[in-house]
Amino acid sequence: MLILECPCCGVLADETELAPGGEAHLKRFGPGASDDEFEGYLFMRENPRGVHFERWRHVNGCGKWFHAARDTSTLEVFGTYPAQTTEPPRDIRDRISARRPGWTWREFA
Amino acid sequence: MSEAVSALNGQSFVGIVKIEEAGPQGMITLRGDAGAAALQKAARDVAGVDMPGIRGIAAAGDRAIAWMSPDEWLILLPHAQAHEGVATLRTALAGTHHLAENVSDARALFRVTGEPARLREVLAKLAPADLHPDRFGTGEMRRTRLAQVPAAIWLDSAGEARVICFRSVASYVFDLLSVAAAPGSEVGFFDA
Ligand SMILES: [Zn+2]
Repeated sequence: MLILECPCCGVLADETELAPGGEAHLKRFGPGASDDEFEGYLFMRENPRGVHFERWRHVNGCGKWFHAARDTSTLEVFGTYPAQTTEPPRDIRDRISARRPGWTWREFA
Repeated sequence: MSEAVSALNGQSFVGIVKIEEAGPQGMITLRGDAGAAALQKAARDVAGVDMPGIRGIAAAGDRAIAWMSPDEWLILLPHAQAHEGVATLRTALAGTHHLAENVSDARALFRVTGEPARLREVLAKLAPADLHPDRFGTGEMRRTRLAQVPAAIWLDSAGEARVICFRSVASYVFDLLSVAAAPGSEVGFFDA
């Protein structure tokens, strides 16, 4: 069972109180983008066994979106952080480095 | 004005705790910037109590304000005064970014009374929330789910809980609470 602390209301929310929102930190490409950029934005997703960054919504709770960093195979949670964040925060990345030396995810490490 | 009728007309059930649909209850959804002085003052003027902090519920007499999210509060007041309450908020907040809406008839309210430990376990059978006395007490508004529908629960006192859900699922929630309170279904998890 996955339990995430919602950074908006502070509740330790059981997975069944949350709705998954897919991969975090996607960069939107719209009109004027190249076909490759648009394809990447629409379809290309990370699917790691290990460190992953995701969006979640506290749907049966405060209703807010937030980000979570976790390990997809062990369900270890490295931290949650606000939705208004465009890349994994330094403190979360440091925490992951301490637990998973040498990890990478997209352009982050 | 037509006579307000609550979702289940005061239906009740007695098992290891008592479940009662609480009848018409005034409820106003208020949204806006938590830091705005005008918003805080308007809410206090209508509810007679200061806006509570994160996950709090503050009550005074027959009125209360509950924290619902970082930019949303639920004001509880007598049903007959909800309409006027909304008008007061809108007048006070004209020009301030906000939303005030009377949601009284879109919701159902239940009163769950009984022995404190029984009451916690009836709710804990249905919600994925930690309802241990060390983690959940009076003064906290906990939004969660009861089985398959969203709900908000709080403790008025150790022996009385309140449950709010959408009106359209009121009979579902009443049935859930009644089954969870079936005679002989004591678990004893919260017994000291
Ligand atoms: Zn939340």
